[in-house]
Amino acid sequence: MPALCRDCFREVPEARAACPACGSRRLVRHAELFSLTVAHIDCDAFYASIEKRDRPELLALPVIVGGGKRGVVAAACYIARTRGVRSAMPMFKALRLCPDAVVIKPDMAKYAAAARQIRGLMEGLTPLVQPLSIDEAVLDLRGTAALHRAPPAAVLARFARAVEREVGVTVSIGLAANRLMAKLAAERDKPRGFAVIGAGEAPAWLAPQPVTLLPGVGPALARKLEAAGFTRLGQLAALTPIEAARRFGEDGPGLAARARGEDSRPVNPERETKSISAETTFDRDLAAIPDLEAPLWRMCEKLARRLREKELAAAGVVLKLKTAGFALRTRNARLPSPTRLPETLFAAARPLLLREADGTPFRLIGIGAQPLAPATGADRGDLADPEAPRRAARWQAVEALRARFGEAAVVQGRGLKPRA
Amino acid sequence: MKFTVERAILLKALAHVQSVVERRNTIPILANVLLSAGDGILKLTATDMEIAVVEEVPGVQVARPGRTTAPAATLYEIVRKLPDGAKVELDHAGGDAALKLRAGRFNTDLSVLPVEDFPSMTEGKLPHGFSLPAGQLRELVDRTRFAISTEETRYYLNGIYLHATESDGVQVLRAVATDGHRLARVEEPLPDGAAGIPGVIIPRKTVNELRKLAEETQDEIAIRLSDTKIRFDIGAVQLTSKLIDGTFPEYERVIPRGNDKVLRVSKKEFAEAVGRVAAISSERSRPVKLSLDRNHLLLSASSAEQGQAQEELDGEVVQYDSSPLEIGFQARYLNDITDQITESVEFRFADGSAPTVVTDAAKPEALYVLMPMRV
Repeated sequence: MPALCRDCFREVPEARAACPACGSRRLVRHAELFSLTVAHIDCDAFYASIEKRDRPELLALPVIVGGGKRGVVAAACYIARTRGVRSAMPMFKALRLCPDAVVIKPDMAKYAAAARQIRGLMEGLTPLVQPLSIDEAVLDLRGTAALHRAPPAAVLARFARAVEREVGVTVSIGLAANRLMAKLAAERDKPRGFAVIGAGEAPAWLAPQPVTLLPGVGPALARKLEAAGFTRLGQLAALTPIEAARRFGEDGPGLAARARGEDSRPVNPERETKSISAETTFDRDLAAIPDLEAPLWRMCEKLARRLREKELAAAGVVLKLKTAGFALRTRNARLPSPTRLPETLFAAARPLLLREADGTPFRLIGIGAQPLAPATGADRGDLADPEAPRRAARWQAVEALRARFGEAAVVQGRGLKPRA
Repeated sequence: MKFTVERAILLKALAHVQSVVERRNTIPILANVLLSAGDGILKLTATDMEIAVVEEVPGVQVARPGRTTAPAATLYEIVRKLPDGAKVELDHAGGDAALKLRAGRFNTDLSVLPVEDFPSMTEGKLPHGFSLPAGQLRELVDRTRFAISTEETRYYLNGIYLHATESDGVQVLRAVATDGHRLARVEEPLPDGAAGIPGVIIPRKTVNELRKLAEETQDEIAIRLSDTKIRFDIGAVQLTSKLIDGTFPEYERVIPRGNDKVLRVSKKEFAEAVGRVAAISSERSRPVKLSLDRNHLLLSASSAEQGQAQEELDGEVVQYDSSPLEIGFQARYLNDITDQITESVEFRFADGSAPTVVTDAAKPEALYVLMPMRV
């Protein structure tokens, strides 16, 4: 079975437990090691790792990166994770599990810079790099062996080392025949991992796993599957497309295919933006309409700015509210014509908020643009809204002032916090 | 309560009131009609909490006065299926007892709900009052209601904006509706008593109910209103409605004044040609292109899947003296407007991308504005 040394990148002869050249025991061994090309790369506890890189005194301490008293965990280092802390967990819960954690406010600019550096290294490996989030990407290294004079596995091992040396964080790599299996492989061996799942072994490897292992099978779908008697992926994998469609509707056949480890999604470097949003968690729960309108307005301004950055417009809005009891409420409204203006976004979201603001205390409010539309044609106005072009010009002027004199140069009254 | 009434009379009154009852109701009492019998008169009331319709039916033989509520749609269905000329007896012993309906050898027991649960829509004070001939009211409604918007975000467009204003120095009562793509503005001479009325937005459902009720009469329709409610007296029927609480856009600003390229075209030929040409289009919006040259109009439409179609109009039916022009519109929007025009349609264009004014050459009191679309 072919094997590779992850420290000196040499091929290791069979039946050796350590690399004969450098003595490293970090070997990766797999029958398909030198033929697989799809890699899922995930940075290990990304934000927390960067903070530890910059403050070595934190190395042995549990570190949580997250916002405010009421925010959620954005990242937890592996020490914090041993106590049960997970990302997206509310901060109070994380601190109950791990009271001695060092909590650091996120410094997004710093993380984005590191992410750009890593993205640059990835793009040196193959043009087929599809970022999935700030710290995650999928790569297809098909046809790059001649260029690198090394098979993808060796190129990836070299890349992992380069990230450690140049950026100062570790990554976990999953190598497989398609995106789904590469992602599952990356999760299998973390942190600083390198896992391989071959095309031939995928169905057998998946069969005994719980259905929740598949991305996209959340608690609701899992309950539905369990009610139908499906708890293991092998059971789903055995369904014919017709049976799957009969039992689980139009998504059924795709689900069964994924349970067999099949995934035909290509690695697409130009991923389309599907939605843009902005949200904020309050320091204390809010229930009164004026209290909720102020942050909604600020989120509308933020969303408008993000739309402009991405050269897109909103053809509809989604209002997102999270109650004090963590129940999520989302409400949609279609816009008569696409917009990039905070006023128009706010005007569409406000009636949705008024319907939900029934005295329930909320901890979070957000607004998203969905569906998205091209920026050309936005805010042209129509017979019922001749003011739109002037509003657009006014907003541009406000943004120009802010760009020059800072964010606080112009503030709309409704964005201010009502007096307590 | 016990009374006897002729089937045709009861059916007509039920038809009037039951149409405001929402078919799917979460509040059971709103599915019912309130029946009050007394002194030779039967009064029927139905409401959806936004609109209430009350009708008084004379010539009813009341044996025992009283009130109850019964399912409106079922009662209407039953009465509709009774033979013509039948005498219908309705008998309610009071309390939870069923409402007994007898006609000839047919009889049925209808379950009732307590009268006390039936919501009364309080009108409050309606300080303004005037009256309009039914024909004028029909014209105001017919020529504007097609342009009422259905979008939820701009709820203030979901009705007809009725207000008093001045048009070329003449006092008028004006109705306006727009969905952003087209706008309809119609006016009638200002009736006595309407000078000081507030501008009000009458909801779409009220407009449609009003139009049905106004169909059958040639009489004057009395209107009373405040800034939150409006009431129409149409013969024996009284329709009361809440108004839309919002500000109608400043529509005057979007009506172009300087459009100087004038096309006059015969309505019949134009409307039919639009319909034929648009049939080729597979898009929902069915765009039709108008290509104009001196006394010549070419209508065309095309679809990637189904091919293209065109029709020429000239000479006898087209008058156009300005420079050549190409402009596109949704076929349905064109037809909605030409449906309101009798003989000759007048278009006033600025260019191929600006709002266009459309009028009935014979009736300047109605004016339409249409946004072009790219074709």
